[in-house]
Amino acid sequence: MAAAVELEGVNVTFGDFVAVKEANLTIEPGEFFSFLGPSGCGKTTLLRTISGFIEPTRGAVRIGGADMRGIGPNRRPTALIFQNLALFPMMSVAENIGYGLRVRGVPRHERDEKVKNLLIQVALSEHGHKKVAELSGGQKQRVAIARALAVEPSVLLLDEPLSALDLKLRQHMRSELRAIQKRVGITFIYITHDQGEALTMSDRIAVMNAGVIEQVGDGRAVYAEPRTPFVASFVGENNQIRGRLTAREGALATLDTPLGPLAGRNPVALEVGQEALLFVRPEAMRLRANGTAAGFEGETLDVAYEGSVTHVTLRVKTGQKVTASLGASTGIAPPAPGEHLRIGFSPEDALLLARPERH
Amino acid sequence: MNGNLAFVFGLPLAVVVFFFAFAAYERRAGVATGPGFFQRNGLAIGLYLVVAVGFWAFFIILLPQLAMVDMSFRPKLPPSQMGGPKDLYTLENYRYFLFGSTTSTEEWNWLHIKAFFLTIGASIAITLLNFAICYPLAFHMAQSATAARLRVLLLLLILPYWVNEILRAFAFRVLLSSGGIINQMLMGSGLTAEPVDFLGADVGLYAGLSYAYLLMMIFPLYNAIESLDKNQVEAARDLGAPWWHIHAFIVLPHAKPGIASGCTLVFMLTAGALAAPLVLGGPRTLWFTPIVYDRFYQAFNWPQGAAYAFILLVSCIVFVLVVLKAFRLSLGEITR
Repeated sequence: MAAAVELEGVNVTFGDFVAVKEANLTIEPGEFFSFLGPSGCGKTTLLRTISGFIEPTRGAVRIGGADMRGIGPNRRPTALIFQNLALFPMMSVAENIGYGLRVRGVPRHERDEKVKNLLIQVALSEHGHKKVAELSGGQKQRVAIARALAVEPSVLLLDEPLSALDLKLRQHMRSELRAIQKRVGITFIYITHDQGEALTMSDRIAVMNAGVIEQVGDGRAVYAEPRTPFVASFVGENNQIRGRLTAREGALATLDTPLGPLAGRNPVALEVGQEALLFVRPEAMRLRANGTAAGFEGETLDVAYEGSVTHVTLRVKTGQKVTASLGASTGIAPPAPGEHLRIGFSPEDALLLARPERH
Repeated sequence: MNGNLAFVFGLPLAVVVFFFAFAAYERRAGVATGPGFFQRNGLAIGLYLVVAVGFWAFFIILLPQLAMVDMSFRPKLPPSQMGGPKDLYTLENYRYFLFGSTTSTEEWNWLHIKAFFLTIGASIAITLLNFAICYPLAFHMAQSATAARLRVLLLLLILPYWVNEILRAFAFRVLLSSGGIINQMLMGSGLTAEPVDFLGADVGLYAGLSYAYLLMMIFPLYNAIESLDKNQVEAARDLGAPWWHIHAFIVLPHAKPGIASGCTLVFMLTAGALAAPLVLGGPRTLWFTPIVYDRFYQAFNWPQGAAYAFILLVSCIVFVLVVLKAFRLSLGEITR
């Protein structure tokens, strides 16, 4: 079976500005695939390239194995859900959903039948005659989904469609989107800057930064096994400590840092002498008994109690801030602001990555 | 004379009193809430607004028109007899439009009636032509032009209107005359042996009229299309719509108020245009406005001129309202 979407050496430039650089990717049929990155990282450009509004400057986009060069968005087997939904305000809900069928010349009774089924699918069967402006945010969302599904695309493209909703509705729509995707079984390509959305919904995630796809993998992989410093710091909270590699022992290596020697896993096989960054998640931090040599010392700046965890912000001797999230189950009383603490982590929970030139 | 004075000052006063009473009623009934008009604008600006708008509406719009309507129902009299026993209300001026002079042998006043319907018909045609010319340009300006291109286009559109209307009309005349550049080019290229009589065939009149009110069409259209979310055009395209379908079912319905507003303006102005028909009209063409002009200044029959002008005004208003109704638009909408 041909891949749903295949990007081969896709570059998009606007004048001197490189929006997407050398994107290579294969998205499988039926996959829920997300592009995650900060605003301006090129993810929307990439989505528009797949939907056909932008032609790649170099490289090829293939959908279902067919090269899409020169094929406009109106003739691609994709449907796009816009960030602002772009529903047609002068049409009723049913007319909105039926629009794609109408331009395809589907006869009226067939169209009505299909629209009715879609209205049931998105739980709006009572609202077909209403104007779009009469609907709530979540209902509009579902109309946009139904309108896109009506044309039976093989790939559904979603451009941050949940960003305008309030938190509660957003969380509800996450599971609803996921359920719809499972039910219709087509490929969803989802664009977001919200890691929570990407992690909870996606089969696989591509993390993008400055036009470059930095890492592709499932949620666990990008969270637990980041391969670049950007991914490590963008996905989830992470403490970052600079240093130089002094020794390698098997899968681990030791870094000489201003806070003393610290060890961590070395998945990208850094060499001794190389400049490196050590990443350790706040939840991997542990309090150490005072007077021991392990870990490093810091002054408590802020304690934020959040029920199951307590976030402690420390200032270490370099002036850098380090966060530790201490679980309630550890039974240790949280420190008071101003208190000096010793914290550390097990080397298996820390990760060493090469320091980029620019840092 | 005393009655007239009371009318001129009494009516505005009555209107002001009515509005104050109405505002007070609204406040009591709870329709209007929040700070009052003078509290919002301050006393000085509030008074200025009331006086300026009142003066404008009454002395500049209402009073002259009322004077014209009043005059149109009076007979033509020498000044000494005005207000005298012969100055009675009469339909004579309106009768003249339909049936002509009492000594005429014709059953109807065909000359004027024909000119009237030609004017209305040609104005409709010119309005449609204007729309066809302006829509693609307005769409490009509103949806696809870059900011720099838009500035250049706006400048190119506005600059020619610095030249006054009469001069522009005569320029068309020079261009289209039998010895003009266009005929010289046609004959030079061997397309025609004889010069084409563009002015006699009213090509000049229609071209001049279409050109004269182009801006009145393009700006309302531009405004209306500019407010259309670009994503809607893209969404329609993404759903498979061909370009004509997007224009017919997405852009035009959205721009309907702007289209109505532009067409109304162009139609009204074209039907009432004077300079272009006077300068560019062919020898066989009788536009209605020059006839009105002639009633005033050639026949020195002001009451009849007023009646003719009033007939044109009312017909145009009725026609526009009927068309708006047909397109399910209210007057409020076209001002959006």
